[in-house]
Amino acid sequence: MNVVDTRPTTRRRTRRRAAAGGSPRTRDDRRVVITGIGVAAPGGMGVKAFWDLITAGRTATRAITLFDATGFRSRIAAECDFDPGAHGLSPQEIRRMDRAAQLGVVATREAIADSGLTTADVPPERLGVTIGSAVGCTMGLEEEYLVLSDGGRKWLVDPAYGVPQLYGYMVPSTIATEIAWAGGAEGPVALISTGCTAGLDSVGYGYQLVKEGTAGAVVAGATDAPISPITVACFDAIKATSPSNDAPEHASRPFDLNRNGFVLGEGSAILVLEERNAALRRGAQVYAEIVGFASRSNAYHMTGLKPDGREMAEAIRAAMRQARLRPEDVDYINAHGSGTRQNDRHETAAFKSALGERAYRVPVSSIKSMIGHSLGAIGSIEVAACALAIRNNVVPPTANLHTADPECDLDYVPLTAREQPVDVVLSVGSGFGGFQTAMLLARERDGTRGGDDHD
Amino acid sequence: MTERTRGRSHRPVVTGIGVAAPNGLGTQSYWSATLDGKSGLGRITRFDSERYPVRVAGEVSEFDDTEHVPSRLAVQTDHWSHLGLTAADMALRDAGIDAGDLPEYEMAVVTASSSGGTEFGQREIEKLWSQGPEYVGVYQSIAWFYAATTGQISIRYGMRGPCGVLCTEQAGGLDVAAQARRLLRQEATLVVTGGTDASLCPYGLVAQISTGMLSPRDDPERAYLPFDADACGYVPGEGGAMLVVENEATARARDARPYGVIAGYGATFDPRPVPGEEPRYNLHRAITLALEEAEVTPDQVDVVFADALGVPERDLAEAQAISAVFGPHGVPVTAPKTMTGRLYAGGSALDMATALLAIRDGVIPPTVGVRAAAPACELDLVRSAARDGPVRKALVLARGHGGFNAALLVTAP
Amino acid sequence: MTTFTLDDMRRIMGGCAGVPETVDLTDDIGEVSFVELGYDSLAVLEMAARIQQQLGIRIPDDAVDEMKSPQAAVDYVNRRLAA
Repeated sequence: MNVVDTRPTTRRRTRRRAAAGGSPRTRDDRRVVITGIGVAAPGGMGVKAFWDLITAGRTATRAITLFDATGFRSRIAAECDFDPGAHGLSPQEIRRMDRAAQLGVVATREAIADSGLTTADVPPERLGVTIGSAVGCTMGLEEEYLVLSDGGRKWLVDPAYGVPQLYGYMVPSTIATEIAWAGGAEGPVALISTGCTAGLDSVGYGYQLVKEGTAGAVVAGATDAPISPITVACFDAIKATSPSNDAPEHASRPFDLNRNGFVLGEGSAILVLEERNAALRRGAQVYAEIVGFASRSNAYHMTGLKPDGREMAEAIRAAMRQARLRPEDVDYINAHGSGTRQNDRHETAAFKSALGERAYRVPVSSIKSMIGHSLGAIGSIEVAACALAIRNNVVPPTANLHTADPECDLDYVPLTAREQPVDVVLSVGSGFGGFQTAMLLARERDGTRGGDDHD
Repeated sequence: MTERTRGRSHRPVVTGIGVAAPNGLGTQSYWSATLDGKSGLGRITRFDSERYPVRVAGEVSEFDDTEHVPSRLAVQTDHWSHLGLTAADMALRDAGIDAGDLPEYEMAVVTASSSGGTEFGQREIEKLWSQGPEYVGVYQSIAWFYAATTGQISIRYGMRGPCGVLCTEQAGGLDVAAQARRLLRQEATLVVTGGTDASLCPYGLVAQISTGMLSPRDDPERAYLPFDADACGYVPGEGGAMLVVENEATARARDARPYGVIAGYGATFDPRPVPGEEPRYNLHRAITLALEEAEVTPDQVDVVFADALGVPERDLAEAQAISAVFGPHGVPVTAPKTMTGRLYAGGSALDMATALLAIRDGVIPPTVGVRAAAPACELDLVRSAARDGPVRKALVLARGHGGFNAALLVTAP
Repeated sequence: MTTFTLDDMRRIMGGCAGVPETVDLTDDIGEVSFVELGYDSLAVLEMAARIQQQLGIRIPDDAVDEMKSPQAAVDYVNRRLAA
């Protein structure tokens, strides 16, 4: 199913350095493109509903319905309207899988169908899977804990009530297993769990597998379903989430002076990554090329961020070097923009440090204002948004941004999407553990075709 | 591109090893126990396991969380991270690294975890459901999640390079070593890698029991017998190993003495089992990929460290994969994890460390407990006692629950 | 309990946030800032949470921000207990 506009966009001459010609083709010449997208996000399942929501500037944050949140500090979240049966999962799949895996498998099926990739193009042993998740199958773990402990009463939980899938909940790799099964992959498969940058890191990992030739194509993305009591409580404890329970639709306020924490979300985005020439040869649609990926750690604090954004800036610079791009090449920055006081200040400083004067002229936005922060999943959902921004030449806005914060003084595209040429996009992530990740996407440009294959 | 075509100076070498294992805390203690066939399996002591159908495990009994980890750090991390932090510290000391001397962005940490901070998580979730949400402590947000160990090691040593976390159950320890190697080809010059796991709390044990693959036997000497006709599942354990990996050039430049080279690696995935059909496994292809990449022929391999699940059907599948490459009884095979239990992500990292120690000392550690090898498993299993002989190339295998296969070849420096 | 003492505070600090290697909690630490003592914002939040539970008082978010030292925390708690 391909629901976004797939008409070929007018190729504009990009400002990027021309490809070095004449040199013998090596692994380093392998380029990686996105040829399929699947999204399961709050406010609507599927790529079209997702893109409609975030370009309309609508917010999907609301009072929590997945459990009774009475007594919690933050009682709001961005939830998926997700009926696993209606979205194509069989009764056994529903029983076996945690919600995070369910969302991921639904997005995987959409992405693969969208790409048109078949085993004739890339055989199973050349197909990899790289999936990000911060909290894995916590929801399933918590539901089963409640039964085994009889409502939290027993430390020595009752083994007689252990369900067959319980171990699969404890090891988050189960999610990658389910997605590998859904995609028929028998190449390298991994689950990446770098907290809130997992969704960028997983796409970066898949990008490297294709680039180095370990895989011909990779199903890469992320999923998380953290809206369960234990995860809501743990963010309550550190006051990281917004307590704006009276105005859930306006609670996620990245870069706004009155922001007061992030709003938890859930969801999944899955991308199909392919070696560029093979993709072009089979006539695949190409959303965008991944041209740079780098991560750094702040080695500072598990949750705290230094105001100067030093390590995120370093990650951005490293990704720019890899892509051989200059600050003035960047058309749009998809920010981490979680809406916590320290994050938005931190990354504003990082953009200024890495991009200099360009930081003041390039549009920056946070889609977390609309679909919340789905922890490990959001990085992949944001990459999907970036690929769609390139496809459609539209920059999604930052919702709820009404009052300027003197510490956040860039162009954050308040409230309304912007139609403009989008050839090069920077997406960043920042997470607990100190992880800072940057990825650069670019419009696929003309180049020599043929020569390389899914070898 | 193979390591050979890149030249020797770019070969990724292991220069430091740290071990926290049920049969020994510290590399020396572990290695001498392992060569002596001394097992660390025993009755579970971390909680009262009397009413559980599994009562034997491998606990790191010498380990004292408050003694081995600084107090401020200990309160905000799970036992699994305590073991990881301790092993990482040992590995860095062993490598002679002072992290303060090295470029901050060129040092990375990539660890594997299978199940995160299970015990810490059970304590906090119990507070939530028995007392209320406000009783959940602030450290739940950073102790339980799978990235905790990597994050804390990065902070402790000021390592600001491209850090990472992989979860592929038992295969994780090998997958992170391959990722460390990838980072060394890019901008990193030093990577702390490896893994630990520790889910021997009541909820963690019950979750492990749910696979039906744990051994129900109470006799620690007869509980975990991979490739034996009497195999009845595996014994779970806790702990693992951390390793310091560097480019050979930078290691030699500071006169470090490498244990060995990461010469080849392959990762594959098994297709979904179809009810009523013979399961199909791809471990064999992971082995082939690792050997091909290293440009090593099967006859050059001196020992295979088996995954050794202890579940008859899976033991047979592994034996067949090994025989398909090396021929029946074609290569010495060993499973020193019979002395530690399966440590999941920590287990394959520990096997890799053990393989490097085997290369260093020219001796293959034994598989303990196996008396009557399963006849269908055509393996030259190193049983009962360590076997002397030069070990120049060692292949380590790991299979992660759900279909992950990894093979990693380490060679003499 | 009618008053909350520095020793009570010391017990809470050591009990829920650990003790930094360079600090002796029995020293005269009342006026030394938590930051200097080696306790970060998470540690202060944890201490505040335990105080709330043990004494049954409510400490609002901005009050936690003002607890810069053990003595400041003790003073705040005693004001709340007296109120």
